[in-house]
Formats: sequence, structure tokens, C-alpha cells
Amino acid sequence: MGEGRPEVLRLEGITRDFGEGEARTQVLRGVDFALRRGEFAALMGPSGSGKSTLLHIMGLLDRPTSGRVLLGGEDTRVMDDDQLTRCRATTLGFVFQFHHLLPGFTALENVMIPMAAHKGRLDASMPECGRALLERVGLLARADNRSTTLSGGQAQRVAIARSLAMNPKVVLADEPTGNLDTQTADEVFSLLREVNQRQQVTFLVVTHDRRLAERTDRIIELVDGRIVSDQASER
Amino acid sequence: MRFEVFIALRYLKEGKAQTALVLGGTAVGVAVLIFLTALIGGLQRTLVAQTLSAQAHILVKAPERLARPLPAASAVADRVEKVPDRIRSIEQWQQVLEAVRTIPGVVAATPTAAGSAFASRGPATKSVALRGIDPATFSQVIEIVPKMKAGRFALEGTEAIIGTVLASDLGVSVGDKVRLATPEGRGDVFTIAGIFDLGNKDVNQRWVFVPLRSAQTLLDVPGGATTLEVKVAEIFEAERVAREIQRRHGLAADSWMEVNQQLLVGLRSQSASSWMIQALVVLAVTLGIASVLGVSVIQKSREIGILKATGTTTRTIQRIFLLEGAIVGAVGSVLGAAMGSAMALAFANLAQGPTGAPLFPVDLTPRLFLGAATVAILTGTLAAWYPATRAARLDPAEVIRYG
Repeated sequence: MGEGRPEVLRLEGITRDFGEGEARTQVLRGVDFALRRGEFAALMGPSGSGKSTLLHIMGLLDRPTSGRVLLGGEDTRVMDDDQLTRCRATTLGFVFQFHHLLPGFTALENVMIPMAAHKGRLDASMPECGRALLERVGLLARADNRSTTLSGGQAQRVAIARSLAMNPKVVLADEPTGNLDTQTADEVFSLLREVNQRQQVTFLVVTHDRRLAERTDRIIELVDGRIVSDQASER
Repeated sequence: MRFEVFIALRYLKEGKAQTALVLGGTAVGVAVLIFLTALIGGLQRTLVAQTLSAQAHILVKAPERLARPLPAASAVADRVEKVPDRIRSIEQWQQVLEAVRTIPGVVAATPTAAGSAFASRGPATKSVALRGIDPATFSQVIEIVPKMKAGRFALEGTEAIIGTVLASDLGVSVGDKVRLATPEGRGDVFTIAGIFDLGNKDVNQRWVFVPLRSAQTLLDVPGGATTLEVKVAEIFEAERVAREIQRRHGLAADSWMEVNQQLLVGLRSQSASSWMIQALVVLAVTLGIASVLGVSVIQKSREIGILKATGTTTRTIQRIFLLEGAIVGAVGSVLGAAMGSAMALAFANLAQGPTGAPLFPVDLTPRLFLGAATVAILTGTLAAWYPATRAARLDPAEVIRYG
């Protein structure tokens, strides 16, 4: 699966426990896999199988109970919170099920936020970059609209543009089409695929939709916190 | 523009109702601070000015004579009685006067020879306080020239200056003659050179100014000065300067603060209660800002999670909310300054004396506005500390998942 291309993200022996004592629950029970540059993979599994937890750990939003996450070969266990934030900002992009755009801001401002957060200020080049990203997702015309006025599909496209703002190596998408009708879901999925192919950005897409998963290169299946299957898709 | 300023301003703009409420609360708090401080400051300044209108800041006199008890072995009973004092001059007063003028904080000093006398004209006789002065230096210590109602504040030969009430009691005006005599029987006839109104009935009724030399003769202190009257630059430094004079020259020095202890206690109590009210207002504003920002952090939990997920550091999140508090404080202080000034000026116009003139001016100084703005900005930032820290600690994974 993508052998020959460099690894961008590797998980080794990841476990994640929640709660204490008798209430302790092990959500992830030793997950190992790697994503290579330009890969477009799907993560599937029933509800409660640990997909979102795994995605948060891969996205450095959460720390594993044991095991390690290597990002570009670098062990993230030794990083403090600020280093993790910087690493997350420059290497990873996120697309969530509910677009999670900031409601008080326009589409363009939402796209510019990761750039401004990283630089610590807004500068003159950012609107131009933001507009280029919105153009890529076909929403340049709505750049100055407040995010709350966008439809679900449009908002998700803006969220995709935002995830690409810092030229990430990996985009982690948590059910990005889960909240959309079939046609819009197809369009959004095609957009992810297009970005993947054009920019060689690695994608890991969590989905319940087998039909969409089969449009990826690789399907990883998680059941009860363990990977039960990891194989190339049958496209 | 800094990223945190951009986000903080947008959050404030976005939460219109909350921002209006918290700004209103802060503005009212600042207005109360400004109103109270201006009012109490103006009132106190007027009270002190009225008190000091006819009084030097420090009175220096010859030290009190103490009776020395007899040795214990004496067969005489050891009861010590105070020596009945007569009018005495300060020894070497000219040198002392020059030395006092060089003490830091002293702006002017003048010699006086003071004692009791009777003023009479025809059948009318009044008991008066005779004060021999040097008009040129005396007017530097007590601002009397603008308070002259008739004539001039200058004394030559056998001229006298009296108050409005005494002039009325004796039925005299400028150019008339009065006879001044001491209880010991020394007396002379003086021509009225001027009539003053120092705003104090007792002073206007009893004070009679004559040339220093005339008073020295009448009071039998040839070439002497019974009192040195001193003016200091900072009135609340008077006590310190008085103690310094006492230490350097071994003389009795009473500051106006010592002479008017009741007034001072009143002023201090007034200040203390004003500070207490202001502290409670600041506390209420702090709690108000903290609670509104606290609610805002809860409402924005998910957004904070998204900001963190998209590369905003914990410290930047904290700064966003601290900035919100500081901006609320700054804008609130501008609104509050306008409200407070309007309230203070309206009150000053309402509180009028019988003549329609304001009873006292309100003390609206740039320092007051600057102080109130500093307090408001610090209060806003301090109030935002807890919500900001709470926002910074939010776990992005948790808030994105559960909101």
C-alpha cells in the first residue's frame, strides 16, 4: 500500500484508556499502522470502535495512554503542548463531521485563521492565499459571506479549504460527509480526492459509508479498538 | 493586526448583547468611581481651602515655659502649676525666620506680633485680636489681597486694616479713625486703610491688622515677633514641616492639621468611606466581567477547541480572553468617564448655595480619568483571568466531540 513513498505518519502500539479504577475503559487496544505520502485511506468501523479517538491521537489533539505517534519520523511523545500545537498547525489539517467553522467570521476569515494563528498576526498576503484556497474548493464567490449563511455542503468545502491553509502533509477527516445528502457527499468526497491527487496530500477519512470508502486507495477497519483489516480498496 | 486582537474584537462584536451588558456595567462602575472621587475631592478641597483661608499652614511660637518642680527632698509640696504666660517674643526671630524659609517645602513665612486689644470709636468698644504684620510677606502666607472689600492691603505709620463685621459694628469705613488699646492701657489712634472679608465671621469681627512696629509697641514686645506664620507648598506636608521646625529650632510649631484635628478626622472618615464604596464597586465590576466572560467561554468551548485544533496555542487562547477583559475595561472607562463627568457636573449645578453659586467645585482632573481608566483596564484584565485560564485549559478533543 503505497510502498516506496515516504511515511508521513506512523502509529506504534497505540492504546487509550478512559476513566479510573473499575470504570476504566480501554478504547484503543494497540493500534499500529502507517500512512505514506499521497495516500488516500478510509478508516471504517462501527460506532464506539474508537475511530474518533484514534483520529484525535493521530491529530495530536489527544495523547495515547501508551504507544507513540511519529510525524515525519519525529516522536511526538517528547513534545510539550506548544510544540504539539505548532506541529499540528504546520503538518496536519482537520475536517470535522460538523464543519465547525467559527460562526462570527466570514468564509475567507475562517480559512485565514490557521495562517494568522501560526504567524501570530494577520498580514496582507493572507487574504490572497485564502481566496486561492476558496477558489480551489469552488467557493470564491462566497468568500465574504458569514459562515452561518453557507449551506452544509458549502461550509464543508470551506472547512476543507481551511484544512489546507498551512499546506499540511496529512489531512484527517472525521466523517466529513456524514452530515450531507448523498449528492453533496459525493461532491465533497470528490473534492478531497482531487486535492489528494493534485497536491499529493495524504488523507485519512473516517466514514461509515462503504460506497465512499471504496473510492479510496486503502480501507482500515477498526473494531473494539483493534485493527481487524487493513487492505487496498477494491476499486 | 495581532491575531489575538483580531479574535478578541470579533468575539466582542459578535456577542452584542453580552458586550453591551458588560460594557454598561463597567461604564457605570467607572462613572461611580469618577463621580465619587470628583465629588469628595471637590468637597474636601473646598473645606480645606475655607479652613485655610484665614489661617497659616504652620504657626511657630516661643516654646511653652514649664514650671520646674522643686527637688524631691524639699519639704514643700510637689504640686506643679502651669506658669501664667505673658506675650513673649521668639528669640532671635529674624534668624529663625530666615532659616525656616530655607526648609524644603516652605514657600513663605512672615512674622507677626499678636495679642488682645480693644477697638473703640465713640461709645462703641469691641474686643479684638491685634495682629502686627508686615503686609508684603503676610499676603504671601494668607491670600488676603483679593479679599479686600474696601481700601488697600498696605500699612504705614498708624494705619489699620479691619474686617467687614468689625467695620459694621464700629460704624467705620476707610479713612475713619479708631482707637486701639491693650488691657495694659497702651493705646493709639489708627486710621482705617482697608476692610477685608475672609469668609469667616469670627475673623471678620475680631482681626485687626496694624504695622508690626505699632503692635510691638502696643503689646510691649519691642522689636519682637510672637509668631512666625508659615505657608507650605503641599498642605498635607504641614505636619512634617512643623515637626522639622520644632526639631531644628526648639520652638512650638503647630500645623493646621493639629489645630483642626476634628476637620481632619472628618476628612479621613469621608475618604475612608468613599474608598470602601469604590472598592465594592470595583469588586462588583470585576465579578460582572468575570461572569459574562465565563459564560462566553462556556458558549465558545467548541470554537476554542477548533482554534486549538487549527494551531492556536494555549497562551494565545488565554491572551484572547484577557484582551477581551482589557478592551471592556478600556472602552468602559471612556463611556464611564463621560457618564461620571456628566453626573458630577450635574450634581455641582444642583448643589447651589443661596446665591445660586455652586456650593463647591467638582475635581475633574486628567489624573482622575487616567486613574479610573487604569483601574478599569486592570480590573477587566484581572476579571478575565479565570475565564481565560479556563478557556486555555479546554481539551480540544473533548470539546470538539462533546461541545
